[in-house]
Amino acid sequence: MQVLLSSQELAAMVKELAVQMATTYPELKDVIFVGIQQGGAIIGHDIVEEIKKLKPGKTVNYGQLDITFYRDDIRKEILAPDKMNLPFDIENKRIILIDDVLFTGRTIKAALDVLLDYGRPEKVELCVIIDRKEYRQFPIQADYVGKVVQTERKDKVKLINGEVVLVKP
Amino acid sequence: MQLSTRHLLGIKNLTKEDISLILSTAEQFKEVLQRPVKKVPSLRDVTIVNLFYENSTRTRFSFELAEKRLSADTINFASSTSSAAKGETLLDTVNNILSMKVDMVVMRHSASGAPHFLAQHIPAAIINAGDGINEHPTQGLLDAFSIKEKTGKLEGRKVGIIGDIMHSRVAQSNIYLLKKMGAEVTVCGPPTLIPKYISEALGVNVSYNLKETLEWCDVANVLRIQLERQNQVLFSSLREYSLAFGINRKLLDGLNKEIVIMHPGPINRGVELDSDVADSKQSIILQQVENGVAVRMAVLYLLSPQTP
Repeated sequence: MQVLLSSQELAAMVKELAVQMATTYPELKDVIFVGIQQGGAIIGHDIVEEIKKLKPGKTVNYGQLDITFYRDDIRKEILAPDKMNLPFDIENKRIILIDDVLFTGRTIKAALDVLLDYGRPEKVELCVIIDRKEYRQFPIQADYVGKVVQTERKDKVKLINGEVVLVKP
Repeated sequence: MQLSTRHLLGIKNLTKEDISLILSTAEQFKEVLQRPVKKVPSLRDVTIVNLFYENSTRTRFSFELAEKRLSADTINFASSTSSAAKGETLLDTVNNILSMKVDMVVMRHSASGAPHFLAQHIPAAIINAGDGINEHPTQGLLDAFSIKEKTGKLEGRKVGIIGDIMHSRVAQSNIYLLKKMGAEVTVCGPPTLIPKYISEALGVNVSYNLKETLEWCDVANVLRIQLERQNQVLFSSLREYSLAFGINRKLLDGLNKEIVIMHPGPINRGVELDSDVADSKQSIILQQVENGVAVRMAVLYLLSPQTP
């Protein structure tokens, strides 16, 4: 197991991404942050807390999204769902999806499918901590990226106990 | 986490973990049912047959809607309009349907054990939608879901099951489930409608006094008198039954607390429940129906085929 980002490095990266998004949307008007279960929901929470510090007094909308029922490999293994929590009208809103790792792009594709069952957002952007760019299987790119890493195909990159680690098969 | 079983034949052979998994998955499906698009693509590659050898309104519609909300393809079979009326056996009927590439079977049958028999002979996943006087597991699950939703938990809850216990598969599934989840159960009705050894066999309290049961319980699950399953006279008249075991407003107002009223439907108004009880805010009868779709979605999803 190799540590790709220590907890301090991760916290710094979360801060930096929060600044980028708060700069893009200074008024936070019609913006909804959505963390993808489970890693993305943890990161999303941290990012939103940073944005609240940067924009005191402003409402920061934050929800969590679960893709279990929308997986394209659902027949491989029937998994118990995580909690879905999106108590917002997303029609014509700007959505920023947040995930820990961007790998094949299939999770994000599924997350987009989920979102569209809630309404028709004006725009959807993506924020990730780790980008494993060379293994993309769908034409999906992130708008806010913490770090691009070189990995082997069968490696696993995970958020464990506040650190981002690489696990060899 | 996965279910310990491939079929849902009854609550009897489920573990506590199975029940918790179904109920927590159903919570997520209930959320799906509040969205603008009340549908997920999970079972779009799955075909389900609804085999109803016995009449049903709620359960059949509820299963069909659950299947559609999961994007499954469905076919419906009612024995009265099928070749069963020409003498085809159950196994032949099902094998013919399965040869058309059907993955799951939802079945209601008047013979207790019919789905268990099928499970031994066919490869498809089977979901029991009620078999004779044995079990109605999805009703037990949706009742538990509704109790948990309304009162916060199942463990330690006192549930009275009132009415025709003898002929009720709903009672049996409820008892198995509530006992497994740590609730207390009292069955209440005339002695002729309560099996003699139920207390020893299923670990429930028995009462022949309605008022006493209502004073004890947090939740009263009221059952219908199943005249269609009674082939002898077990009480003198519906009017007399209603006087002794029918729940009315006066009776509820005389209690020193507000209890939750449930009924699996169809209600015989004025027999087991008066209208001003069935339609009151204490009653969660329509929530039970709503929750039924979410619970059946959870069962169908969790039992859908896996090809690792």
